[in-house]
Amino acid sequence: MSTTVAQPVDEVKSTPWSGGRSPFEVEYGKMMMWFFLLSDAFTFSSLLISYGALRFSAPVWPAPSLVFQSFPGLIEHGAPLVFVGLMTFILIMSSVTMVLAVEAGHRNSKKEVIGWMIATVIGGLMFLGCQALEWNHLHSEGFWWGHIPNKETMQEFFAKGVPLTQQTMTSHQFANLFFTITGFHGFHVFSGVIINIIITINVLLGTYERRGSYLMVEKVGLYWHFVDLVWVFVFTFFYLV
Amino acid sequence: MSAETSTVHTDASGHGEHETMTKGRIWKVFFILLLITCVEFFIALVVAPKLGISSTIVNPIYIVLTLLKAYFIVAFFMHLKFEKVGLALAIIVPILFIIGLILVLTNESHYWIGLRM
Repeated sequence: MSTTVAQPVDEVKSTPWSGGRSPFEVEYGKMMMWFFLLSDAFTFSSLLISYGALRFSAPVWPAPSLVFQSFPGLIEHGAPLVFVGLMTFILIMSSVTMVLAVEAGHRNSKKEVIGWMIATVIGGLMFLGCQALEWNHLHSEGFWWGHIPNKETMQEFFAKGVPLTQQTMTSHQFANLFFTITGFHGFHVFSGVIINIIITINVLLGTYERRGSYLMVEKVGLYWHFVDLVWVFVFTFFYLV
Repeated sequence: MSAETSTVHTDASGHGEHETMTKGRIWKVFFILLLITCVEFFIALVVAPKLGISSTIVNPIYIVLTLLKAYFIVAFFMHLKFEKVGLALAIIVPILFIIGLILVLTNESHYWIGLRM
């Protein structure tokens, strides 16, 4: 009993995975950006998880509310989280200007794309400036890769009665992890700013107008949001927890 | 007909007429992110020190709020919510492997602290 309906041999299948079209309905470069970001997410999580493991395994740890309690140039002591709050705000804000640039790109509005891209670049530079101040402040206290503050300064970051050997050990771990992880993130922000500047120049030159699509803005936008995303985690695990 | 749809789907713009981010929605997401950050500050600066809540209770709250922020950034700013389900899964499923590393290394770090104490 052959109930199978005779199919024409040359019938073209039209399911998303039958070939001839992008099953994800995204352009090649955008998909590759997503896959790159996935690999970058693994790198950052390895760094952050190593930080977590070392911190869990340490009997004491420098208290974030005592290490990060200054607003460089304004307040020396007693303002925990204020400066990093500003940095977080700047980065989220620049993420917003980036989506607004992407949104303007969908409408092919060159003028608006330029405006929002410039705002994003400025936001990125402001964040890098804040990070430089933060690093400079910690460096002036004596923290650096492989360096820790002198005994008197270091004691301020721990509860009373913590043995000096433990303070020395965890301060070293803290310093190395802090500069490595925020440095790696800062380097991503730096590259993001450079890429954003290149894209802004291309928009100004009318490259994407001629191409008929501002998809490139969307792709660098993905990278920029990812940088913001990583900061959300760095902020939580270094400053809050 | 199928040839027609395939040309529509492979054009350079890559996004069809489906739902996307509008200006209003962008600002809404921004205010949600700002609000979550403010809540984190409120817990860290006011609630936890005043009530003397230990970090073992506060830290999971921070982590949940952080994951919530991550969701809003990835889903809306990075537009993943409006992409094909296949793409979203291709990105999110590998991320789950990270949980494995977290479990392994937290377990290991408990062993390390046992050696040190």
